[in-house]
Amino acid sequence: MRDGQGGRDGRDGRDDPPSPSQPPQPPQPSQPSLLSLSAISKRFGPVTALDGVDFAVAAGEVHALLGENGAGKSTLMHVAYGLVAPDAGVVSVDGHPATIRSPRDARRLGLGMVHQHFTSVPAFTVAENVALAAGWPARPRENAHRVGELAARLGLALDPAARAGLLSVGLRQRLEIVKALAPGARVLLLDEPTGVLAPAEVEDLFATVRGFVREGGAAVLITHALDEALAVADRVTVLRAGRVTLSGPAAEQDHDALARAMLGTEPARHAPVLPSIRPAVVVRFDRVTIPAEAGRGPGARDVSLTVHAGEIVGVAAVEGNGQRELLRGAAGVLALARGSLDRTGEAVLIPEDRTTEALLPDLSLTENAALGLADRPGWSERGLMRWREARQRTAVLLREHDVRAPGPDVTARTLSGGNQQKLVVARALAAEPALVVAEHPARGLDIGATRAVHAELRRAAAAGAAVLFHSPYLDEVLGLATRVVVMTGGRLVEVGAGAGREEVGRVMVGSKVAGQGSKDAGARP
Amino acid sequence: MSAPSTFDLRPLTTSALALAAGLVLLAAGLAAAGHDPAAALGAMWRGAFGSWYAFTSATLLRATPLIVIGLGFALALRGGALNIGAEGQFYAGAIAATWAAFQLGALPAPLAIPLTWLAALAGGALWVLVPVVLKRRFGVLEVISTLLLNFVAEALVSLMVQGPMQEPAGIYPQSAPIPAAARLPLLPGTRLHAGFLVALALAAAMAFLLARTVWGFRLRAAGAAPRAAELIGRVDAGRFAGVALLASGAIAGLAGALEVSGVSYALYQNLSPGYGFTAIAVALLARGHPLGIVASGILFGALEAGAGAMQREAGVPSVTVYVVEAVVILAVLLADARGRSTPAVAGA
Repeated sequence: MRDGQGGRDGRDGRDDPPSPSQPPQPPQPSQPSLLSLSAISKRFGPVTALDGVDFAVAAGEVHALLGENGAGKSTLMHVAYGLVAPDAGVVSVDGHPATIRSPRDARRLGLGMVHQHFTSVPAFTVAENVALAAGWPARPRENAHRVGELAARLGLALDPAARAGLLSVGLRQRLEIVKALAPGARVLLLDEPTGVLAPAEVEDLFATVRGFVREGGAAVLITHALDEALAVADRVTVLRAGRVTLSGPAAEQDHDALARAMLGTEPARHAPVLPSIRPAVVVRFDRVTIPAEAGRGPGARDVSLTVHAGEIVGVAAVEGNGQRELLRGAAGVLALARGSLDRTGEAVLIPEDRTTEALLPDLSLTENAALGLADRPGWSERGLMRWREARQRTAVLLREHDVRAPGPDVTARTLSGGNQQKLVVARALAAEPALVVAEHPARGLDIGATRAVHAELRRAAAAGAAVLFHSPYLDEVLGLATRVVVMTGGRLVEVGAGAGREEVGRVMVGSKVAGQGSKDAGARP
Repeated sequence: MSAPSTFDLRPLTTSALALAAGLVLLAAGLAAAGHDPAAALGAMWRGAFGSWYAFTSATLLRATPLIVIGLGFALALRGGALNIGAEGQFYAGAIAATWAAFQLGALPAPLAIPLTWLAALAGGALWVLVPVVLKRRFGVLEVISTLLLNFVAEALVSLMVQGPMQEPAGIYPQSAPIPAAARLPLLPGTRLHAGFLVALALAAAMAFLLARTVWGFRLRAAGAAPRAAELIGRVDAGRFAGVALLASGAIAGLAGALEVSGVSYALYQNLSPGYGFTAIAVALLARGHPLGIVASGILFGALEAGAGAMQREAGVPSVTVYVVEAVVILAVLLADARGRSTPAVAGA
């Protein structure tokens, strides 16, 4: 309650930026919109992904759509592109309400989408990929010619005869753009296109997009990098938790205003005060570098971090900034390229993707529990499984951790996501590890299950374990952690104790200006 | 007893339904083609189960290699590898066993027989070693590499029985009969050899291994969800798949030895009427369950034994029985695919 008070005071103190709690009116249409979405709402189960969102883009305009992970950016564009059916709202193209039930409909109406992940067939040539996407008949020579012409018109150097699988990441991206535009698209939707690109490639991409809108096209750029939005967009719209929190010309925005709209201005809930005596060190990173898998960001670079028993260290980061490598390195499942990592005691990992990385979906809950505990007394003895006892122990685990299941014999697949995750957490904690590493432990869970998982991690810390976790949601990091660190561009930035939401957020999203952002945050007391 | 899912026999009801569907379809086909389905299926039944001699010397005799190879296929499958090369490994084992039998013929039988088995296990393992190495080193799909090596093995048998291992007279493309000491004892009054007991023992051992041992559990975990097995169970899933594939090849090789030392007493071409492939159906029908494989192996042995009788007595071509086998496999695969795609959410 005290926190809420402080938040309101803080907001009242500022007057220049638009108040994020009051969604501004949709922009006045200065010229007819090529694509407009009005009052779009969409729920996925208990989660409201979009709540009455208005969005429009006009010819000659680049419109940046900003927001945290999960804010609803991709969902909104998927509604426009016919991949998601909205619960309410109207999509209009050229000012006329349009029925878009599939990407095919969307393409016919002149929409083209560049997805977050590449969608080319590696064994096909550039021209074949474009022909496939555009639905051209199989006339190799003619198609190659058309692709060459299209690429030249867009100012993209791209060899129509090259195999897609052999292209560099930057060239594959160009191929995706050509594919999106080949059927004659006038509106280009780009879903986080810069995540995998090097800075020079990002500039090329933006030049292409600017060129496209100069010739009368319209582009929507989904991003969570504020500087990108400010650099390339004519208008920006910010989504937060499925609502528009800011919308207007890019020229009138600055970095801070966007960050506030994106992340909100409530201060962090105060973390529990740590005891003054520093407890034992559980894991210590000393200038550790862990490379990422190809195309998955920078990896962890030169990271130093110490985590103590009883601590819950939250890693705030935008996707692909090295947090995955940091966490998996701590858990001992990724090898270090450089530096040293000391850990006392055992570590368990709660992986991000529970269905493929944490569970045996077609096996029983007993077997799933045994997966992490098989070599412990009570579960096995001299190389033989003690299934009867394992089953009893699993039943106890289910009861103690409130995993709602008909019993230990059902398969893991039959549980709801929340109960699956509770099982994963229960199993991890049953191993009594010195270090619990959790990647986005509340992924896809509703509020009740999220609370339960958080409570489990707090209990583990209270019992003396060290907890290191990441969540893409800043609120979750700030709410659960006793100490927050930020990963940005592969580097770890410590933020001072009691750092507010805004400070952490600035460091986090300022990845393209990491030096500046981290200095700001570090300078505060 | 309480090992979950391994001893869960409920999925086998699907298999029973699949078999029934296959037989009904066969009967319908026979009727449509102008045969008397009752007479044809009756002949089939008599050929497979009509007498003690038919049951042992036709059905169980044919079931033996199917059970053994099926167990090997299932082991690889549970460990996350698809061994389509059992036919080749069977031949590699048969060559090794024949060679060993000639080397060891002077030894007493209790020594000679196990040694020929060892040779066959080694031969089968050796034949699958190349696919294992290719898979581990370069990620080559074992489905393709094991399949292709089948043709090489068949050519190798052909080479052997027309070259180094041909019978002394040099007339027939086959080896000389193996020494008596290397031959398996028969069940009196029948043609059924002791290899059937080997198949039963192997099934029991594998059931125990998979259901009760920590190693077997890890193998199943690695096969069922390799990433989870690595991250949570801290096992090297690729290594388990490799070991399972090697063991699978060795077991198929053993089946080759049992066939040479229990049935043919010599090596020749076409020793196997496609055991290596039928056994895949046997294992799939049993869902990779070792004890189920004994049952489904006997069933397929009966189908093949009955097919011969059906041809002799009712004039129906024996190949029609493959229709039943194919329908059974398709039905089981379909049931599996449906089971997987069914969204199941409970206890939210």
